[in-house]
Amino acid sequence: MAGTLLEVDGLTKRFGGFMALNRVTIAVKPGERFGLIGPNGSGKTTLINCVSGSLPADGGRILFDGRDITSMPAHRRTRLGIVRSFQIPKPFTSMTVLENLGIPLENAAHARAAEGADAMEILGSIGLASKAHLRPAGLTQIEMRKLELARAMAARPKLLISDEAMAGLSHAEVDDILAILFRLNAQGITIIMIEHIMRAVMRFSERIVVLDAGERIAEGTPDEIARNPAVEKAYLGE
Amino acid sequence: MRRTVGTLLVGLAVIAAGVLVATLRVNPYLYFAGYVILQYVVIATAWNILGGYGGYVNFGTPAFFALGAYTAVFLIRSIKAPLPVLILAGGLVAALLGLGIGYLTLRLRGTFFSIATLALSVVLQTVIINWEYVGGSRGISVIRPSGPPFGNYVVFLFTVMVALAVIAVLVARFIERSWIGRGLAALRDNEEAAECMGVPTLRLKLFATTVSGFLLGVAGAPFPYYVTFVEPNSAFALDYAVNALAMPMIGGTTSWIGPVIGAVLLGTAQQLATVTISSEMNLFIVGVVLVAFVVLAPEGILGLVRKLRGH
Repeated sequence: MAGTLLEVDGLTKRFGGFMALNRVTIAVKPGERFGLIGPNGSGKTTLINCVSGSLPADGGRILFDGRDITSMPAHRRTRLGIVRSFQIPKPFTSMTVLENLGIPLENAAHARAAEGADAMEILGSIGLASKAHLRPAGLTQIEMRKLELARAMAARPKLLISDEAMAGLSHAEVDDILAILFRLNAQGITIIMIEHIMRAVMRFSERIVVLDAGERIAEGTPDEIARNPAVEKAYLGE
Repeated sequence: MRRTVGTLLVGLAVIAAGVLVATLRVNPYLYFAGYVILQYVVIATAWNILGGYGGYVNFGTPAFFALGAYTAVFLIRSIKAPLPVLILAGGLVAALLGLGIGYLTLRLRGTFFSIATLALSVVLQTVIINWEYVGGSRGISVIRPSGPPFGNYVVFLFTVMVALAVIAVLVARFIERSWIGRGLAALRDNEEAAECMGVPTLRLKLFATTVSGFLLGVAGAPFPYYVTFVEPNSAFALDYAVNALAMPMIGGTTSWIGPVIGAVLLGTAQQLATVTISSEMNLFIVGVVLVAFVVLAPEGILGLVRKLRGH
């Protein structure tokens, strides 16, 4: 489909008898800021795991840039430009912050000869330059989140999936991360944001999809979502 | 490029030194003991490629070592193959086994992988015990070829092991400093994150298990000519599993020099203990030293050195 960067078509994922995703369909346009929300256990992270390749899908198709990537291993999806950050930061603990960025640079960005800033410039742009030679164990919570984003940026994403990058951060820190994501988007990177902090998703997203119990229950602009009775019911109950 | 040439020159110099030592004709026991220590340099280095760089702890070292040894026994009995062929074939057969356990890593991680490799050793030993052609449970005598290229046969095998140790260390050093070594370190730290950062984790794991298996088989291939009598209990000895793990841990697992330091120190201590106290003291020494290191210096001697230098 022209004009679509990521197309998830009827995606189904089961864990034993539990239906984590039930024929979920989403389409993300190039350059879009896309929000994905839903109550705990609604399948957001499962959807992201299927899109990034960490989990195999049980049904449906995933297309990226018009290519069917449904059964492609995760590292090859990363090389194509689908890069995710993790909800709980997963840094490479034996390496310095700078070396952490070296891994995606070497394995993803260079694999498709993507041009761009080097590791030190990325750290500078995100405010981690002074920590370049520290091990991740010496970072604060927000620095750890920034490392997670910096490492994703080093892979030269076309589509960046930010999985709860702001959970547990203070008001000012949330704004800090939001500014980084806005800046990346301005550089042409499509962003899917998964977030529980409504203030952040509502401000950031151009379009939002709501999941509840593995099903897509709503889609629209932040304003439409805020006024949608089905969304309110999913979050607050009757 | 210049550094690669330099490294190769150092390797050649070590082999030349080995040949020189071989011509010195010192006490024959020293060659006999030196062979064992060098064999452990190969084993510890090979183990470390998978266990140290990649973080997959292999308890099945005896299986790979014995597979190299028994491949040699088979080829000696069937076609009287020359030593270089034995070494290559022993390495290749063990490499195939390595590739096999590489696919295990698809489903088994951490402790479960280690338990599976332990089981592998038991299964393989049972197969060998029931295979009469290579001696079965009684074992088999191997006659050394007459007229080694120089010295007596043990001195010759000593020099061969010097060369094998140099090759193993060069391979490990090359892997460590390439994108493969960095990728393995990433997957050791966090396999899911590594895969999501573009590291082809399965391919790297298969590479590591295969190369590690190859070198372990290579270490075992000259074993029949060294001992001249091969039987399952000595070829599948627990010593190999324990030492392969203890030596890199004591030296330091993150660098190629760690297993070398560990093998030389621990190997020498074991040889001394065998002569001065008793051969039963071997594993006791390893146990005590390993516990001490795990508690006091979990990053091995290399970690201690780094700490002292203030990094």
